[in-house]
Amino acid sequence: MICDDVRNRLSAYVDSELAASDLADLEAHLHECSGCAADALRRMKMKHMIRGAAARYSPTPEFRIRMERSIRAKKKPSWSSSWLPRLAMAAIAAMLLIASVAVWETRSDRDRALAELTDMHVATLASANPVDVVSTDRHTVKPWFAGKIPFSFNLPELQNSEFSLAGGRVSYLHHSPGAQLLFNLRKHELSVFIFQEQSGGIPFSAADIASTKLAFHMETWSEGGLRYFVIGDAPASDVHALSELMKRAARA
Amino acid sequence: MADIRIDSGSFEELAMPLFAQMYNFAHWLTQDASEAEDLVQETCMKALKGFDSFRQGSNFRAWIYRILRNTFLTSRTGLKTAALSLDDEESGLPEPVASGTPESILMADVDYLKIQDALEALSVQFREVILLSDLEEMSYQEIAETLAIPVGTVMSRLSRARKAMREALTDAKVRSASR
Repeated sequence: MICDDVRNRLSAYVDSELAASDLADLEAHLHECSGCAADALRRMKMKHMIRGAAARYSPTPEFRIRMERSIRAKKKPSWSSSWLPRLAMAAIAAMLLIASVAVWETRSDRDRALAELTDMHVATLASANPVDVVSTDRHTVKPWFAGKIPFSFNLPELQNSEFSLAGGRVSYLHHSPGAQLLFNLRKHELSVFIFQEQSGGIPFSAADIASTKLAFHMETWSEGGLRYFVIGDAPASDVHALSELMKRAARA
Repeated sequence: MADIRIDSGSFEELAMPLFAQMYNFAHWLTQDASEAEDLVQETCMKALKGFDSFRQGSNFRAWIYRILRNTFLTSRTGLKTAALSLDDEESGLPEPVASGTPESILMADVDYLKIQDALEALSVQFREVILLSDLEEMSYQEIAETLAIPVGTVMSRLSRARKAMREALTDAKVRSASR
């Protein structure tokens, strides 16, 4: 093999595109010819360095979240018959969001997190696709989250309760992925949010907290390294009942 | 009729793992963070809309990169760069190498910054083919699908792009040595 011929094939060689039949001849030549071997080495090193140098730009977490939401928003609504018309819900959501800004003027970090969760709950209800996994079966919903969030959780048996599971979706709080589960109770919808408890992350003490803002009731607690939130416009006693179901499931 | 919910779900599962590298590639094409975001956003929306036309089992990465690149070429920045087209038609064969003249760039002197500068200075056609091969590690066949050109043209364009890259790096060395 002459050097010109070899050098014309070196690009394909470093790109692992050389046919097997040519490979042995070329490598035999590289063992004998230091000039071609040096050229091959230089090309490999260049390819390697370009790979390192070109991995230069990263998307922001905000853009990633925006992108995921855009993709999900394009999905065809399949629940429209069982939900209020979208416009009406959007209007209600907008009014609630405006009200939330006016009422919660003196928000602590904790209040801000609670407000964010309320907003997420309201936005979910206003969405054409409230959940990404649509199922009343906890054995379908729970496995759906595997690989999507960095933890696992238990869902309660609801057969003897008034609650029914509607589905779930991945949600984000302070850029941490978590689970949002939607439950129905009579005419009410309740969200259960579950996130990993992080030191310095979600600003809550280990103690249970129950709070009421506007018409929403919320309970939050921490268990097994996870922070739970139950929120909805149902009476506080119902929010508490769902919280107890979740707690019992977590301890099961 | 196929359930669009399922299609959208599988679209997300196919597209989101490529999200960061698509953004990186888009940034290299547009040379601007905000334009890169717009490009990725528009690409994903177009791809989702046309997802029905994507044949399951064929190469999703080549498919969505082709949409990204075509979207770029019809953008304002892309149209500007398209005006600076390749200077001569490609033969379909790799660039012949002159006999006995190994380009002896001392790679020890080349760092990431110089490579990034050289990549930026390349024409978009050269830059993209190098990125698809060296960064994305696409095969010649995948690059051919992405750029909608024959495999032979991929080889010759890659060869010419690498030569331009070596020259840019040599120039940079000369410039820094003469300072």
